[in-house]
This record gives sequence, structure tokens and C-alpha cells, in this order.
Amino acid sequence: MRTTRPGGPVRAANPAGRIGVLAVLVLAAAYSLLPVWWLVVSATKGSSDLFSSNGFWFAGRIEIVHNISTLLGVQDGIYGRWLLNSLLYAVGGAAAATLLSAMAGYVLAKYTFRGREAVFNTVLGAILIPAPLFALPLYLMFSATHLVNTFWAVFIPSIVSPFGVYLSRIYAAAAVPDELLEAGRIDGAGEFRIFRSIALRVLQPSLVTIFLFQFVTIWTNYLLPSLMLASDRLQPVTVGLVAWKEQRGQTVPYNLIITGALLSVVPIVVMFLLLQRYWKAGLTSGSVK
Amino acid sequence: MHPAPTTTTTAPARPTGPAGAAPEPSGPAAAPVPRGRGVDWRRWTPLGFLLPFGALFLITFVAPICYAVHQSLFRLHRSGLGLTPPATVFTGFSNYTDALADDAFTSSVVRVVLIGAVQVPLMLGLALVLALLLDARRTPGKRFFRLAFFLPYAIPGVIGGLMWSFLYQPDVSPIADALAGVGLHVDFTSDGLLPWSVGNILTWGWTGYNMIVIHSALKAIPGELTEAAALDGCTGWRLAWHVKIPLVRPALLMTTVFSIIGTAQLYNEPVVMKAVAPNLSSNWTPIMAAQNEVAANNYHAAATRSVLLALVIFVLSFGFMRFVNKRGAAL
Repeated sequence: MRTTRPGGPVRAANPAGRIGVLAVLVLAAAYSLLPVWWLVVSATKGSSDLFSSNGFWFAGRIEIVHNISTLLGVQDGIYGRWLLNSLLYAVGGAAAATLLSAMAGYVLAKYTFRGREAVFNTVLGAILIPAPLFALPLYLMFSATHLVNTFWAVFIPSIVSPFGVYLSRIYAAAAVPDELLEAGRIDGAGEFRIFRSIALRVLQPSLVTIFLFQFVTIWTNYLLPSLMLASDRLQPVTVGLVAWKEQRGQTVPYNLIITGALLSVVPIVVMFLLLQRYWKAGLTSGSVK
Repeated sequence: MHPAPTTTTTAPARPTGPAGAAPEPSGPAAAPVPRGRGVDWRRWTPLGFLLPFGALFLITFVAPICYAVHQSLFRLHRSGLGLTPPATVFTGFSNYTDALADDAFTSSVVRVVLIGAVQVPLMLGLALVLALLLDARRTPGKRFFRLAFFLPYAIPGVIGGLMWSFLYQPDVSPIADALAGVGLHVDFTSDGLLPWSVGNILTWGWTGYNMIVIHSALKAIPGELTEAAALDGCTGWRLAWHVKIPLVRPALLMTTVFSIIGTAQLYNEPVVMKAVAPNLSSNWTPIMAAQNEVAANNYHAAATRSVLLALVIFVLSFGFMRFVNKRGAAL
């Protein structure tokens, strides 16, 4: 930290004030990071060290590799299966959701037709209603149609993203010039071809944002898959880990649950770090213009 | 409270909504150009593009609402000794009167409203302070702090709940250990502390998210505005209070509405906490209560509770928006 010299060229900021500011920021950062730090440190511990050593510092032996390999072997490798399930739901669901949203948003932005605003307002309204409220009725509906406990029970709701439609409409309205579409039409391209080869290309940054947010939504979802899936072979990693924790360390020791929690977080944190530019755009999508 | 007169007129106060949900379409909605040169089949193109999303939207959003409302008006009627299959009979609003008379359900609603009433202002206050500090010119390490605050948002709710449940677990909690070291004996899972413990998980998980939303609204304030205020001798907290905060009001409004909605659907954190707090009842929050009815095969009761919760959320979030807008007009 630079010290402020009294009488310097720039009006000196109050040093006590600056230290105070820094102190608040450091405290808040500690609050945000300490639990994560605890997770990382705990995942390196063996089951005997886990609770006997200081929670926020490493124990003598670093057991993370051993923990991971044990974790992957537990119950015929069910944890790996859960990770794969999560990946399948999240990547497949987010990709499909992105495409559907892009199509709908593009049409809502670039075509005029009767009922357009009504459709858009309905979609907006759906953003304001929290998804968990739909989970229970959806479960009741799906159980009436025997879809419960299938891959589709989780996958189908995952590919519908009103937020994605909203985002791609805003972005398409601003970023896709009508002249480009008209040029395509003059060249004799069909409407879908124009969408595929022109619009999708221009919309690419917003597609990444939609994909990212839908990926996170699906990866972090718990209520829907825990309602819909009875078979543990179909479950995503969130549901599996909570089930383990509910057994209070009796079937799977705590240190493995903690290692599993850490592993399950890695893909999503990495994705956020790599795609910083895009989540910022998504969070502040009101100003994407 | 009043912003400096020069600031109100030029305020670009862009609406920044988390999850992009401005209450009204704030984007350039009227931009598209009609290409009405009447090739007839082209009129059907929009339908073709909308159909995949639209059909699934109907299935996963509209139908469940209708289904829940419909289910909530009926009831299974078992006759006599239960030898014949139960019949579904229309019972009007009796499921609703039953749900409202169900103390466990109503108290779960009250509990969550109380948690929200404490947690949301605390969290947003913290988010606002952090955003203002990060926005100040001389703050060091902005990038690091911003990422640090945001990190918890990247961690799934249940995984966050899992982590905190270990940190709270009475016999092993490193935090309780540390506190015991200075003579404080705390049980985070006791009945009295449970709402605070759960509220803390929410605050931990969402402060950074809200901070980012508010921070980007702050960054959208044109520099000339704050410089002019600073030249007039308005700096530091006075600048924040009189100039910046009024300008980010839309962002604060949106984060509040989304926090209200988020708190009302409280489920993941308390469900995970149950593993360390057996005293946490299985109908601690309204969604947990509704899920309980599903587990007991009382589908009609579950549907009724879902509809009631949706209504409560609607009243609270829209009520808040109207309240703020009315006061905003008076300001």
C-alpha cells in the first residue's frame, strides 16, 4: 500500500480511511473465501485427520489423490456416474436451451407478427416466477404421464430458458442488422438458412452467455432432479452428494463426501473464471445494448 | 435523500437486472423492421421458429401452473372401507381453507418471510457497501476482491449448504471450536440460531452476485457527474449517498425483488442442513412443506401449497415494486 504524503500534489486521501476501507474489503473477502478454503483443505485430509486437526489448515499428510481414487471406487464408481450425468444434463440441456432460445429470441426481435408482444410478455413473466414453484406441479404432471424417474424428466424442463429468450431478443434486436437479413433474402437464402448462417454468427457472444447461465442453472439444480429421479444411476452429482451426507457418514466417510463436493465445484468455477466476460454481460443484461 | 439537482436530469440510470428480468421489456423492443412484401409463406416463418421453444414452454411452464390450480380444486375421496378405488371429487376451495388452517404450513410461510425481512436488507446493504468501495477510485486490488466476493455464487446452493453444514456441525465445527477457545459456546444448529445459520448461508452465497449487479450499475454512471459533484466538495460517503446511490436505484430495486423471490423459494440450504440439525422440521419452509405432501401422496394438498406460495411471492415482489414506485414518484 502506498503511503500518502501530506502536501503531495494530489489531495491526500485520509490514510485512516483507506486502511478502514481495506479492512472492510479484506474481512468480506475472508468471509467469502474461508468456507471454500476449508473445502480445499479438508479434501486433502484422511478421515481421521478431518475433525481432529484445525479445520482451516492442512494436516500432516496430504491425502487428496488417495481420497479421489477411493471416491471414484465407492459403490461401483457411482460418483463418476453422477459427474457424467451432471455433465450430460448440463451440456446437453444448455446447448439445446441455447438453440431454442436463440430461435425464439431472434424471431421476437426481427419479425413482426400478431401477438408478438403478448408472447414476449408471457416469457418475461415466467422469468419472474421462481423455477422451484414449477418443480412440484411438474412432478405431479410427469408422474401422471409416467415420465418420472427417466432421463427426460430432468432434461426436458432444462432446455426451456425464458431468460435465454429475453437475452437473445435484446441482443438480436441490437446486433443483427436488417440489411444483412435482406441481403440474404435477395441472394435467395431461405429464412432458416439466413438464421443459421447469418444470425447465429452475429449472435455468438450472447449464445455463450445463455449457454453459461443455463449450464450453471442445470448444474446447480437440486429440487427438480431430487423430485424426479428415484434411481441413483440417473441422478446428478448434487443429489447424490446430499444423499450421502444424509446418511451421516455411515455409508461414505465424510472426507470422501467433502472431496466429492470439491470435485463437483471445479468444472463450474473453472467455467466462470474462463468466461468472466460473459457472466458479467449476463448479470447486467439490462445494459446489453 | 435528494440527489443533487444537476444529477437527476442527466441520469442515464440504466436498468440492470440480475438474470435479465426487468419488469418491463427495457430492451430496444420496438426495433424490428417489418418486411411486409407479401410472400405468403413467410408469414408462417415466425411460427416455425417459435414452435420448439413455445411448445416446451407450454409443457413446462404454463401446463404445470394450470395443472396445479386444477389439482388444488379437487380431492381424493375414499369411500367406506376403501375397497373401491378412491374417486377424485371437486371440492372448490376447501383445500385452500385446509392449507391456511394448517399451522405447520402457515408458520413455514411466516418463518421464511421473517428470515427474508432480516437477511435481504443485511445482504443488500453489504453488497451495496462493497460495490461502493470497489467503485471508489483509490481502492487497491479491485480485481481480486471482485472475484473473491463473487466466488460463492459459482458454488451450487446445495454444495454451499453442504460446506456450511460441516462448518456448523456441533461436534466438529471449526468455527465453534475457535469460538470456544475464547470462551463462547455456540451451537449453530439450535432452534434459536437455525434461522440465522440458514440466513448466513444465503448471505454468503448471494452477496457477491448482488454486489456485481450494483457495481456494474455504478460503473455506468458517467465520470463527469461524479467529478462535478467532487468539485463541489461532495466526496466520499456524501458522494455515495447523494449522487451514486440514487442513480443505482433501479439496480437496487431489481436485486431486492430477486432476493425476495429467492428467499421465498428457500429449500436447498435447509434441506441440506437437516443432516446436521435433526431438530429442523421437515416442513421448515413452504416448499419443504409442499414436498412433504408429495411424499405422503397428498398430491392435491401439495398442489394447493404450491399455488398459495406462488401467490405469496407474487404479492410480496409486486407489492414491493408498487410500494417503491409510489414512493419514488413522491421523491
